[in-house]
Amino acid sequence: MNYTIDSGAVAWVLVSTALVLFMTPGLAFFYGGMVRSKNVLGMLLQNIFAMGLVTVLWVAVGFSLAFGGTNGWIGNFDFAFLKDITTVGELPGYTGAFALAIPPILFMGYQMMFAIITPALITGATADRLKFSAYAVLIGVWAVLVYPTVAHWVFSPNGWLFKEGALDFAGGAVVHINAGAAALAVILILKPRKGWPREAMPPHNLPFTVLGTGILWFGWFGFNAGSALAANGLAAQALVNTHVAAASAMLGWLLIEKLKAGHATTLGAVSGAVAGLVAITPCAGFVSTSSALLIGLAAGAICYLSLALKNRFGFDDSLDVIAVHLIGGLLGSLLLGVFSDTTINSLGADGLFNGGGSSLLGKQLLASVAVFAFSFGVTYIVAIIINKTMGLRVTHDEEMVGLDQSQHAETAYQV
Amino acid sequence: MQLITAIVKPFKLDDVKDALKAIGVQGITVSEVRGFGRQGGHTETYRGAEYNIDFVPKVRLEIVVNDSQVDAVVDAIKSSATTGKIGDGKIWVSNINRIVRIRTGEEGSDAV
Repeated sequence: MNYTIDSGAVAWVLVSTALVLFMTPGLAFFYGGMVRSKNVLGMLLQNIFAMGLVTVLWVAVGFSLAFGGTNGWIGNFDFAFLKDITTVGELPGYTGAFALAIPPILFMGYQMMFAIITPALITGATADRLKFSAYAVLIGVWAVLVYPTVAHWVFSPNGWLFKEGALDFAGGAVVHINAGAAALAVILILKPRKGWPREAMPPHNLPFTVLGTGILWFGWFGFNAGSALAANGLAAQALVNTHVAAASAMLGWLLIEKLKAGHATTLGAVSGAVAGLVAITPCAGFVSTSSALLIGLAAGAICYLSLALKNRFGFDDSLDVIAVHLIGGLLGSLLLGVFSDTTINSLGADGLFNGGGSSLLGKQLLASVAVFAFSFGVTYIVAIIINKTMGLRVTHDEEMVGLDQSQHAETAYQV
Repeated sequence: MQLITAIVKPFKLDDVKDALKAIGVQGITVSEVRGFGRQGGHTETYRGAEYNIDFVPKVRLEIVVNDSQVDAVVDAIKSSATTGKIGDGKIWVSNINRIVRIRTGEEGSDAV
């Protein structure tokens, strides 16, 4: 072994791995509360199912495609089925300043939880009408073709965007822009829900959504502070930034909501918090706490205003994955080019406001556009192929009955 | 024997129950229902999108009484459920052909 194990780092990343996994059931309840009662099991299952399918695919090939080899564009099959992972000296690229203080098997497990929640995020856009079998094929293909490639580009020190100098602390591009772009591609093929936007489709259980938000917020400490891959001051900085941005984003969202729609709402408070968590994700370990405050505030306000996009352009993004994850992810990735600060993290770069000029901002823009274009393009083609062969969408009658009965022969709530 | 059915505002249920108990009513069946009358629905806002909710929550009471009690029960519900605002609900009275107490098999006014 060429790496030095730090027991504090190992302990923290072990805990963080569990925290990030917990976000997926949290997301299930966040989304599940927002759909109508006839579709709640369909939503919960799609999220939980990602924990099953993506785990198997990640162990088989996903991790190796993301973190194997030295090519800038894609990994290889050196670690397929985790071959050699316990004996390898170091993971490719993780040397020198990037040397890991945790064993590669733990790094693999931690990254696996990101690979699980990313395709699960898409389910919010496709809610109420995506056929379960088509969903399984879609995220299965996506978890092999799209996620590992983007993770390789951005996270692996051998990835071309990483080498360009684009920064992404915990997945603003890899998770949020990536999932948001894929969500947009799928719903353009899938088409709106029957009756949208004329018919009211209010959330059936907002308490679930609040519960889910609590789980997400809690788990996000593992997502962002765990991405320090160490138990040190940087992890603490990332944890505080994460929390602060969620708080200020909640206030930003509620303020604009109150001014524009007349009421501060429960759904608004939790949506704002999640928007802040999304936007701080790429920035968490690169910016100061005062910058995190501003990033959160901007995310709350701008993500709220982005809700209007779906009506403007006529795409039925059922639970606002585009407004919260795509726009929130883009915003965070670009604001990192403004607020990044090498006194917080010497492995980062200085942004526009810290004397670094527009260089980093340009790299952030490049990474955002590249990830968006790749994810959108590949997902669009995959969605077309699935739609032409097995069909993406449930039948009209199945949609009316609801996914719970038509796809799974179950009912969430018995009288 | 008559069946008195009343639709009232949910937050008035306790007042109605107390008023009915005070005049000696021995049984009430309550269900949560949704509907609209002249009050119409209301609007709710989710993430900036306004929805018209046509069916608003109400409580339905069903009370079976002997003919002699009908007027007192109707009056008790009327006075205890009223707020004076639109949406206070309705009361209607219908005849019952037959009534059976399941435990004892008693029928008619003995079973009320």
